[in-house]
Amino acid sequence: MFKRLPLSDTTCNRDVTITFDDLTVTAREGETVAAALLAAGMRNCRTTPVSESPRAPYCMMGVCFECLMEVDGVPNVQACQMLVREGMQVRSQQGARRLVHDHA
Amino acid sequence: MTSYDFAVIGGGLVGSAIAYGLARAGHQVCVLDEGDVAYRASRGNFGLVWVQGKGQEIPLYSEWSMSSASLWAGLTDELYDLTGIRTQHQAPGGVHLCYSADELSSRQSALESLSRATQGRFDFDMLDHDQLRQLIPEIGESVVGASWSRLDGHANPLYLLRALHAGIQHHGGTYKSCGPVRRIRPEAGSFIVDCERQQVHAARVVLAAGLGNRDLAPQVGLSAPLAPNRGEILVTERMKPLLNLPTTYLRQTGEGSILMGDSHEDVGFDDGTETHVLSHIAQRAVRALPALANTRVVRAWGALRVMTPDGYPLYEASETYPGAFVACCHSGVTLAAAHVKRLAPWIAGDTPPAEISPFTAERFHVQTATPV
Ligand SMILES: Cc1cc2nc3c(=O)[nH]c(=O)nc-3n(C[C@H](O)[C@H](O)[C@H](O)COP(=O)(O)OP(=O)(O)OC[C@H]3O[C@@H](n4cnc5c(N)ncnc54)[C@H](O)[C@@H]3O)c2cc1C
Ligand code: FES
Repeated sequence: MFKRLPLSDTTCNRDVTITFDDLTVTAREGETVAAALLAAGMRNCRTTPVSESPRAPYCMMGVCFECLMEVDGVPNVQACQMLVREGMQVRSQQGARRLVHDHA
Repeated sequence: MTSYDFAVIGGGLVGSAIAYGLARAGHQVCVLDEGDVAYRASRGNFGLVWVQGKGQEIPLYSEWSMSSASLWAGLTDELYDLTGIRTQHQAPGGVHLCYSADELSSRQSALESLSRATQGRFDFDMLDHDQLRQLIPEIGESVVGASWSRLDGHANPLYLLRALHAGIQHHGGTYKSCGPVRRIRPEAGSFIVDCERQQVHAARVVLAAGLGNRDLAPQVGLSAPLAPNRGEILVTERMKPLLNLPTTYLRQTGEGSILMGDSHEDVGFDDGTETHVLSHIAQRAVRALPALANTRVVRAWGALRVMTPDGYPLYEASETYPGAFVACCHSGVTLAAAHVKRLAPWIAGDTPPAEISPFTAERFHVQTATPV
């Protein structure tokens, strides 16, 4: 659905490998987690706490909180505000986060 | 100029509950509400429907709170049937946490005397740490015990307010966000209310303007010696159920956020927040539930309580200008059901509920007149 724009900035074209649930995804350094996963074809990043309906990143600028995901074990991270890092483990989030036994 | 049976000044929880109670009994009601710049406790409170510990100086206040708590479930069902809005009211009982043996024993003696003063109608239990852990598995080690009362509960005060507004309109009432009412003119046994750009005529008038009552009450022969008292609250991200019953300073909402309350600050008309106060609230919350150390706080705010000198409500009918009433309190969520079902009928002409007899402003005149 989404495709990357060509970048003139040479600092942003190194590949970075992250995981999304059980998939391995190749992202580009300098991208946010949300951008990388949308480019990789992710459709939903979470289900909502109350009605458990599926959601995806929306505003891509930190205001709507639709992009919440679990990043390296930390739940409710705004994926559009977090840059990808080599080896990062990203998980989609089902409903509300659990508080107890989080290993944040 | 439009004419109504009742003009209710103030569309917070107190005014809206009374207006809803009047409208559902068939009266033509108009709510005149200042708007977004006003001080509005109803939009910044903690949402407890709380009985335990209240009324130690005036036990009839305990009876009044118990009456309201017992009417709350019915009000919730009624509002849901009428408007489709759920208040999220639940009454699983509530706990007040104690952090030392001394605190626990003084809590116990205060509640015992309250129970005696109400002939046992207010009842409670004391829990030690292990019994408390049965109710709240995540409770912190530094919590020594708690008092528990089956009478306590909580609700979402914003949904309550929305439901009351919708209910008023459903029963043919009018809500106007009209800027502050500045003047109320008694005229030929009725009242003309001046808002910024309009006037409303009403046979009777109810002052429920929260802190705004201070300036309005003297215009109709009443007095409302109110002062603001600030409370700050923090709210976390949404989480899976963790806390199944409300506590005095912590509760989990229907959506899963944890509310951490609240401070009592004498700072005049300043409804902002201060970092040192917020951090104290957060630290107390983490002592109660250590797992909270891991959570994100997503918002914090301050709101002003509507306080009389002794903290008890004010309900009074004007003797100089019959048909004018004043109503305010600092537990507008708890008392909402009593305001709908018992206070509004009094304002409409029924005999007053027995519990409210102590709550006129006369008690403040007497105090000032008594040499100390
Ligand atoms: C931090 C905090 C925590 C609280 N926690 C709880 C709790 O857990 N449980 C509980 O039961 N209670 C709680 N309360 C108390 C509760 O919020 C109040 O008792 C209740 O909201 C008061 O409602 P009100 O309608 O009298 O006042 P407000 O909500 O202040 O409303 C007054 C209304 O009058 C209007 N107004 C003011 N002046 C004028 C004017 N001149 N003309 C026209 N309109 C005017 C304003 O627009 C406003 O809408 C808490 C309060 C605070 C601040
Ligand atoms: S997409 Fe809106 S906050 Fe991330």
